[in-house]
Amino acid sequence: MRWGVVTFPGSNDDHDALYAVDHVLGEEGVSLWHKDRDLKGVDCVILPGGFSYGDYLRCGAMARFSPVMESIIEFAHAGGLVWGVCNGFQVLCEAGLLPGALIRNRNLQFVCTTVRLRTEETDTPFTCRCTRGEVLTMPIKHGEGCYVADVVTLERLEQNHQIVLRYVDGSGRVTPEANPNGALNNIAGIVNEQRNVFGLMPHPEHATEKLLGGEDGLKLFQSVLATCTEGTHRRGTAVAPGH
Amino acid sequence: MPKKGVLDPQGKAIEHSLHALGFPEAHDVHLGKYVELSLDGVDAEQARQRTDEMCRKLLANGVIEDYHFELE
Repeated sequence: MRWGVVTFPGSNDDHDALYAVDHVLGEEGVSLWHKDRDLKGVDCVILPGGFSYGDYLRCGAMARFSPVMESIIEFAHAGGLVWGVCNGFQVLCEAGLLPGALIRNRNLQFVCTTVRLRTEETDTPFTCRCTRGEVLTMPIKHGEGCYVADVVTLERLEQNHQIVLRYVDGSGRVTPEANPNGALNNIAGIVNEQRNVFGLMPHPEHATEKLLGGEDGLKLFQSVLATCTEGTHRRGTAVAPGH
Repeated sequence: MPKKGVLDPQGKAIEHSLHALGFPEAHDVHLGKYVELSLDGVDAEQARQRTDEMCRKLLANGVIEDYHFELE
């Protein structure tokens, strides 16, 4: 399977994502430069963490207009798998590929810690190898991770089962204390309605080896791999929600 | 400016500081952005239209922010 990882000026988790794909997963990682329109035939695109274009104006606002994003928006509309981590999640929201926005953390501080995430949905290409309710442990490191959306959008996300991951406590409960940034409804990750675009603030690529503190993030990579290699996903025919 | 109803942690923090500094009358504090730019080769009507488009496309995020602009 071919994975594309985009490098914007200011991306800093692109090589971690490539490492996870190449060395841990054993698949082919392809670097995509922000000025390139060619997606080089990849099956899934990862928008990595970092500070694209210095995060000037708003996080992800400038990256959204880079040449590579035009191709990625087309790719996503055709059903291609697009996965945004941290800054990548912010870019996807700015690009309108995911609803809502990510604003400054509630306590105004940059948070760098380990969080627990409850898997709310497993009928997505990104979490099909997890079990429903499974609690995953991953790191976060961001200043603008507070997910917000208007009431109608939030309601629709809940109804359509688009909320994939929520911040929870050690017992798997959604509590205000377990919420590291003030995100509405403890939202850590969402998919679009077609379920082929996924954004999350935590870093699965930093949780792929025991040496790095845990392997829970690998399950998301394995989910995408299974989706692409077992033929459950075809471009233009995104997996339908199975509720 | 942040839309009404959108969480504004920066505005809240500023409001708390104003209260602590002896300005209890301050409320509904919101922090926004101010952008200044010059335009070449357009008349007033075009300037209005082009600036509005800039705001919609890039300068503001309509999901969380409202904008207004003035031409001089």
